[in-house]
Amino acid sequence: MAMSNTAISVTDLSKKYGDRMAVSHATFEVPLGTICGFVGPNGSGKTTTMRMLLGLITPTGGTGEILGESIKHPEKYLPRVGAMIEGPAFYPALSGKENLNYLATLGGFPIERVQGLLEQVGLGDRGKSKYKTYSLGMKQRLGIAAALLPNPQLLMLDEPTNGLDPEGIQEVRALLRSLANDGTSVFVSSHLLSELELISDYLVMLRKGEVVFTGKMTDLMLSQQPIIIAKSTNASDLETLQTIAETAGHHAVIRDGAVHVAGPADWAVEFNRAAFDAGITLSQLTPQLPNLEETFFEMTGEK
Amino acid sequence: MWNVAFAELRKLRRPTLFLGTMGAVVFFSALFSSLLFLLIDSPDGNSDRGRTVSREVLGLATGGVQGFSSVGGFLGIIALCVFAAQTAQEYTYGTLRNLLIRQPGRLRILVGKFIAMKLFALVMIILSAVISISASVILAPRAKVSTDLWFGADGRHALFTSFINIVISVIGFGTIGMVLGLLLRSPISAISFGVLWLLIIENLLVAVKNSLQNWMPGAQLSAIASGGVPRGMSTGIEYSHALLVGGIYVAIGAGIASFLFTRRDVSN
Repeated sequence: MAMSNTAISVTDLSKKYGDRMAVSHATFEVPLGTICGFVGPNGSGKTTTMRMLLGLITPTGGTGEILGESIKHPEKYLPRVGAMIEGPAFYPALSGKENLNYLATLGGFPIERVQGLLEQVGLGDRGKSKYKTYSLGMKQRLGIAAALLPNPQLLMLDEPTNGLDPEGIQEVRALLRSLANDGTSVFVSSHLLSELELISDYLVMLRKGEVVFTGKMTDLMLSQQPIIIAKSTNASDLETLQTIAETAGHHAVIRDGAVHVAGPADWAVEFNRAAFDAGITLSQLTPQLPNLEETFFEMTGEK
Repeated sequence: MWNVAFAELRKLRRPTLFLGTMGAVVFFSALFSSLLFLLIDSPDGNSDRGRTVSREVLGLATGGVQGFSSVGGFLGIIALCVFAAQTAQEYTYGTLRNLLIRQPGRLRILVGKFIAMKLFALVMIILSAVISISASVILAPRAKVSTDLWFGADGRHALFTSFINIVISVIGFGTIGMVLGLLLRSPISAISFGVLWLLIIENLLVAVKNSLQNWMPGAQLSAIASGGVPRGMSTGIEYSHALLVGGIYVAIGAGIASFLFTRRDVSN
């Protein structure tokens, strides 16, 4: 078994379908024992990348290593990897427990683990129900249980919180954090950026098949220009506020009933004064660092 | 490979599939054998397509397995459906990616699945033999058919030969089902195409040009099941010819399907 301090390492990884580059020269690393968020707009190549890492599709170019083994030989690392990709997929006529028993037998894992895993994901009392009777959230939980079957060193999850209620999302977040604390590396894609911001140590961001950021979450957030969020008592004043900011040389956009100004926190005082001079009473003036969602939109050009 | 086979058996033994299939096997095995004896004096015949199997023929050493041989081709169709459905559903349910993540050796998956389905088919054939022969033994006195030769050495040899022929034929049909499942990636398409081809298209082609029966895959496998005489054909196919041509079809199909399965991207 090869020794490596990275859970995932890819260089120039590419996948081309006809004339379209689904993933283009992706290069990134995910350190061992971290939770790495994998984000990008729909169709940016997240699932294709995960499929290549799991040996389901063959890359057109580039190289990759999982737990120190080349992705050309998935049989060398997959016994140590748990994965749920593109949603849960099980046999509808079998119960949740029978589905896990099937996968445990297939992978040569102890069947005794199954009941414990069902309980861990909150399906302890529904294990004997047929999969086709499960709600979307329950199916998702079963998918996570299946991914945990090998007691993985690396867990790769594609949108694991899809269909979960807020309590379920919180449970998944706690589960991933506890797994990471125990040394499991987690590579997770999600469109719930606020969730990823809460749990991720690392981040890989894709846009149109290309990696636009890879590194520590804190580095990304600190690299972003602070913003000032301003709201007026009168919504019709927002455009005037935007003009004031832009006249002062700051980029400003109107979003969610507020003006978001890219500028240093200390400019807020000047902004307030200019608004007052224009006869506008501000109901909110908050300097803050952009959150992951705002950063994501900024970097991917979405919204 | 064995892990795949054991896992697959978990799926194949689920009551709806197992009892449903075995129920069909029991029903049709009993029906085919019963009709041989119950309609022995019928002017419309007692076998397929109005053929008559006489008292004298049924009284031979091979008479006890006549019903079993008749149902062999039908068992093949059942096997084709089961093998096709069990293979193609991995694509429609999206479960193939789970399989490949837990067992990246794609050829091992195919071989493991094939072993499990062969065992399933074997249970089906044994059950069919028991039901067919039991029905024959029960109904023979009523039809005034002598069973003296059935239990001698020749009778045992006939049973053994029929059993082996039906096993070869059923596994051949099953392999074609598996190949169709892998190529078409949809249970409905695979089963429809397979059944339509075997039951309708082949017969139509043979009706237009009789010599084509020597080259049709279904006709070869049926000929193997019946020991050299295909069901419903006016002239026979030699057993060795059927074995060779049927074997070539199965081998080429299995080769192409295996090649595609091991190379093809799994993107659903």
